[in-house]
Amino acid sequence: MAFANDVRFTVDQRSILARLQAVLPPDALLSAEEDMRPYECDGLTAYRALPLLVALPQTEAQVQAVLRACHELKVPVVPRGAATGLSGGAMPHEDGVVLSLARFKKILKIDPLSRTALVQPGVRNLAVSEAAAPYGLYYAPDPSSQIACTIGGNVAENSGGVHCLKYGLTVHNVLKVRGFTVEGEAVEFGADALDAPGLDLLALINGSEGLLAVITEVTVKLTPKPELAQVVLAYFDDVQKAGNAVADVIAAGIIPGGLEMMDKAATHAVEPYVKAGYDLDAEAVLLCESDGTPAEVAEEIERMKMVLEKSGATSLVVSQSEAERLRFWAGRKAAFPAVGRITPDYLCMDGTIPRKRLAEMLEAIGDLSVKYGLRCANVFHAGDGNLHPLIMYDANQPGEVERATAFGAEILELSVQLGGTITGEHGVGVEKIDVMAAQFTPAEISAFHRLKAAFDEKGLLNPGKGIPTLARCREYTLTRAQTGSAAAITPPRF
Amino acid sequence: MDTVLKEWIGRVHDAVETQQTLCIRGGGSKDFYGGNPAGPVLDTTAYRGIVAYEPTELVVVARAGTPLAELEALLAEKGQCLPFEPPHFGAGRATVGGMVAAGLSGPRRAAVGAVRDYVLGVKLIDGKGEWLSFGGQVMKNVAGYDVPRLMAGSLGTLGVVAEVALKVLPVPVAERTLRFALGEAEALKKLNAWGGQPLPIAASAWHDGALTVRLMGARAAVDAAQAALGGEPVADAAAFWQGVRDQTHAFFAGDGPLWRLSVASVTPPLGIPGPTLIEWGGALRWLRGDQGAEQVRSAAARAGGHATLFRGGDAIKASAGVFHPLSPALLRIHANLKRAFDPHGVFNRGRMYPDF
Repeated sequence: MAFANDVRFTVDQRSILARLQAVLPPDALLSAEEDMRPYECDGLTAYRALPLLVALPQTEAQVQAVLRACHELKVPVVPRGAATGLSGGAMPHEDGVVLSLARFKKILKIDPLSRTALVQPGVRNLAVSEAAAPYGLYYAPDPSSQIACTIGGNVAENSGGVHCLKYGLTVHNVLKVRGFTVEGEAVEFGADALDAPGLDLLALINGSEGLLAVITEVTVKLTPKPELAQVVLAYFDDVQKAGNAVADVIAAGIIPGGLEMMDKAATHAVEPYVKAGYDLDAEAVLLCESDGTPAEVAEEIERMKMVLEKSGATSLVVSQSEAERLRFWAGRKAAFPAVGRITPDYLCMDGTIPRKRLAEMLEAIGDLSVKYGLRCANVFHAGDGNLHPLIMYDANQPGEVERATAFGAEILELSVQLGGTITGEHGVGVEKIDVMAAQFTPAEISAFHRLKAAFDEKGLLNPGKGIPTLARCREYTLTRAQTGSAAAITPPRF
Repeated sequence: MDTVLKEWIGRVHDAVETQQTLCIRGGGSKDFYGGNPAGPVLDTTAYRGIVAYEPTELVVVARAGTPLAELEALLAEKGQCLPFEPPHFGAGRATVGGMVAAGLSGPRRAAVGAVRDYVLGVKLIDGKGEWLSFGGQVMKNVAGYDVPRLMAGSLGTLGVVAEVALKVLPVPVAERTLRFALGEAEALKKLNAWGGQPLPIAASAWHDGALTVRLMGARAAVDAAQAALGGEPVADAAAFWQGVRDQTHAFFAGDGPLWRLSVASVTPPLGIPGPTLIEWGGALRWLRGDQGAEQVRSAAARAGGHATLFRGGDAIKASAGVFHPLSPALLRIHANLKRAFDPHGVFNRGRMYPDF
C-alpha cells in the first residue's frame, strides 16, 4: 500500500549522492534499487517506499557528516534501527536518505556497581539483558520483539512490554541519550545522575519516533533480577469477567509483574504454534505474574489466586518451574506471528483505554467484527489497558483492506472516546497519522509542530510521520464525517 | 469552560498585548527555589479540586491549585500514595501544580522514579492563551510528543498547567527503617552494592556517620532484607523521613547556602569541605557551606551530574545562577522550546535561566 506522504522535498539525488560519497566508505552507502529494496518498509509491511539513498555509517563522525550534508542540501533523513516497528515509523521518505544505525551494535560498558549499561543504538534489547545476566541484572522493558528490536528503536518508540506495569516503559529505564541534532551537532539528553538541569528533554526524546534527533549512544538502567517469578493462568468462561478481574487485582493493592490477557481466538491461534498448554475451552485467559523473593512470591500468589477466584475464574494454574513459566509466556509473546499463520494478513491495533472500560471495549470489538465481516483475535497488556486487537483479512480479496482499515479506525476512535489513546506503545508512524485528528485539536497539533521545529527547524528528520499536517487533519475529519463515524467530531475538551 | 480558566486566558492575552510578564504561583511553598521571576502573580490556588479518582485505575486527576496535602489524604484513604514523595516545604501550602512545575521528588525517588515518571496528562494554557490537552489518564500513551513529562520541572516557563493526571500506587504493605554506623565512603559502597541485589530498599540517607535505610514491600521481603542487612531498627522512622523529605532535619537548618548535587550514585565522597547529607543511594548529595559555585559545579560535572543552588547564597545566585549552565546545543533547544510554547515570553521569566 502506498502512503501518500504530504511533506515533500525537491532533492537532487546526484548532489546528495556525491556529498555522501565524500564522507562515507563505499560499503556504507547504497543507491542501487535492488540494494535499497530491503529498506522499503519496517514491521508494518503494508506500507512501502524506496528512499533516494541508504547510509550505513559506523562512526559518530560519519553520522555527523551525513547529517551536515543532508541539512545543508535540505534532504530528509529517516533514522532506522532494526525496523521491527509496527507503525511505519522507519519507512523511508521518497525524497530522502535512510540513516541506518544497524552498525552501531557494540555494548560499550556494563557497570554492575552503578547498575547501568552504555550501549550503541543498534544493540538488540535482549542482548543487553544477556550481557547483564552474569551480574544478576537485566534490562526491564521487554517488548515482544526483544530478540530483534534495538535499543535505539526502543527509545524512539518508548517501547513497552509485558512487564511495564511494575517496571515501567523505556522512558522510565533510560538515564541518558547521546546523539546528534539535525544540524550534526553532538548533544546529550539526561545524565549519569537521576536528573539533569533544565527542561526534561530526555522525556521528549523517548517516543519521538526519530523526529527530534539521531541517537548514537544510550545509557540504560539495569534492574536486579528477582530471585523468583511465577505466573498464574486464570481461565474465564466470559471475556467480560476476565476484563473485570483485571480491575479487581489492582483494587486489591496488587501490582503484578505482568498482567496479560488473551481471548479464545488468540489462544486458538497460539496453541498449535507454541504448545503452551493453554485450556482451549476457556473464553479468555489472564496471565498474572508475581516476582520477588520466594517468600514474597508465595504470599502474593496466594492473594492473586484469592482475588481471581472471587472474580469468577473457572480454573487457575500456577507455573511450577521456570521452564513452565517461560512456556506460558511464550504463547503470549508469540501471539502476533501465531495469528500471522492463520490469516494472509492482519492489522494490529494498539489503543489504550482505562482498565475499567475493558469489558465494554471487548463487546464493541465483537460487534465490529460482525459489522465488517472480519475475524479479530484479542491480546491485551491488560494491566495497563493497552489493547492489541489483531484484525484478520486477505489483501487479495477486493475491499478487505478498506474494511480492515475502517474496523481499526473505529477501534482507535472508541479508545479515545473511552478516555484513552490511539497508541500505547507502537507509535503513530504513518499508520495512525490520520487518526491523530481524533485525539488532538488543531491547536494541539500545531503545538506539536512548533515543538518539532524547536529541534528541527527545517523539518528534515523523519518528515510526514508522527504528527499529521493540519491539511491531513481536516481531510480526516471531513472523510469520517461523511462515513458517519461518531468520533469525527473532535472529542469534548471540558 | 470554568470561569477561572477564562480569566487566566484573559490575563495571558492582556499580558501579550501589554508586553507584560506573569509569575505563576501556587501556594508559594517553593518561592525560594530558582530565580526571581518578574511580573504580577497569576495565583493558581483558586482552581482547585479533585477531578477524578479511580483507585482501580491507579490514576488521580487534580486541578493545579489543589493542596498537595488534600490530594495525599484522599489517596491515603484508599491505601494509595504518590510514591515519589514530593516535598511540601511547610504547612499545607504546596499545591499539585507547584509539585509538577518544580519537579522535585522525595526520599523514595531512586527506588520508584520521580514526579515526571508519574505524570500521565496535563491540560495547560500556553503563552498565546490557547487551551491545550496532552497525554491522558492511561499508563501507556505514545500519541504525540510527551509534553506532560516535559512540564515536570519546567518551573512554569512553558505554560500555566491547570490540570494534571497522575499515576498512583498502593502503599507498600510493610515498612521498616534500619540504621548503620558507617563512614561516608563505606556507606556509598554498601548502598551501591545493595542496589544491585533484589532488596526492597525504598530510601536511604547518610549523614554524620550514620546510614539510615528504609525497607518497603511485602512483609516477607522486608523481613528477609532485615535479616540479610542487619543494622539497628529505628523507632521514630516516620518523623525522620518526613524531616528529610521536607528539609526540617537539623542538617537543613540555618540560612547558609544549600547545594543540591545530582550525580552518578557510585561517585566516591566529593571531598568538598562542609557538612553533607546523601540520599537516593548516593545519587543525591546535599552540601552546606560557602564553597564557590565553580568548585561545586565542576565537582558535580566530573561525577556525571550537575549542581543546583537550592537555597540561600544570594551572592552566588546573582553571579553564578541557581541552575547548572547548559551546553550550547541544549541551551539553543531550550530557548527554542520556550519560544514554541511561550512566543512572547510571558511566563515566569528568569525563574529557570536568566534568558527565559
